[in-house]
Amino acid sequence: MELQNAMSRTIRTGLLITLAALALGLGALLASGAKPVLAQQPTPSDNEVNRVAKQLYCPVCENIPLDVCPTQACAEWRELIRLKIADGWSDEQIKDYFALQYGDRVLAEPPRRGLNWLVYILPPVFFLGGALILYSVLRKMRAPVGQAAPAAQPQTPDNGDPYLRRVEEELKNKD
Amino acid sequence: MDNLTTENAPAAPRRLHPAVILTAFALLLGFLALIAWGLNRSMSGPIRTGDTVPAIQLVTFDGKMINTQDYAGKVIVLNFWASWCKPCEQEAAELEEAFQIFKDSGDVVFLGLAYVDTEPKSLEYLQKFGVTYPNGPDLRTTVSQMFRIRGVPETYVIDTQGKLAYAQIGPFESTAQIVSIIQPLIRK
Repeated sequence: MELQNAMSRTIRTGLLITLAALALGLGALLASGAKPVLAQQPTPSDNEVNRVAKQLYCPVCENIPLDVCPTQACAEWRELIRLKIADGWSDEQIKDYFALQYGDRVLAEPPRRGLNWLVYILPPVFFLGGALILYSVLRKMRAPVGQAAPAAQPQTPDNGDPYLRRVEEELKNKD
Repeated sequence: MDNLTTENAPAAPRRLHPAVILTAFALLLGFLALIAWGLNRSMSGPIRTGDTVPAIQLVTFDGKMINTQDYAGKVIVLNFWASWCKPCEQEAAELEEAFQIFKDSGDVVFLGLAYVDTEPKSLEYLQKFGVTYPNGPDLRTTVSQMFRIRGVPETYVIDTQGKLAYAQIGPFESTAQIVSIIQPLIRK
């Protein structure tokens, strides 16, 4: 009986010590202003990686941006982007690195050099040309009927009258 | 009567200045020539068996510059691979074995080109399969475009005359197969 009492006393004492230690620890944490601990995010985050990846295309698959490409190779390239961002590389440096490694075709936006300039110059030129043509056609369509009428008249002013034609010819000969 | 001939005469249609017409034609011709050049470039076929292979430059992963011109008179085995390519793993060990067989003869050069791969993964792959012959990235995919490869693995064997002797599309089946392709080329 005494043994049982001794054991229960020991257990109670142990429990009290444990609770006191926990309370002390909690108090210390609150005092130090510790923030709640969340699950570790990969560094840099997926959003940061995808910000660069969406400016690049998969070098193997056809026309698939790197941020949505599901292949293993693309996952490896995204990891490479993560490594480069972690090393402090800028978006431009990463894009240049990818272009150097895999060619310009991986860039979503062709670099402004050489024949690539045509991509930037031709569309606005064609657009402006088209707009000018459209404007000129519309202007002709809106011209008053009275102004357009003379053009519809026959080339010769004699209206098919043989007498007038003769007069015209004689006048010409006179000149 | 003069009025009859002058006032009622239809207005002559406005004509464009010849310089404008010429410029427009020149631009159109230039544009067409550009398209033709691009098409011709994209339609030009791959290097075929018997064709002379242009000089290939590569920088290995350990920074060594390699130019195939320096290997004139030797058989060159050029293997395209990638760490993300499962079939490449099937032949990696066989290629290394074949390299070990010919290494001391000095007649055969093995070169590996990592096709659109990341350097860390490439190095992991080389270590995993114990590849010891020179390997490097195919920068800007220049060499793979030269051969117009359709995928990986692909291996091209260049003979002692610098001509393409054999093209293996897909993985080799065995070391013996690789040796049987290279051996006759050395004897030539």
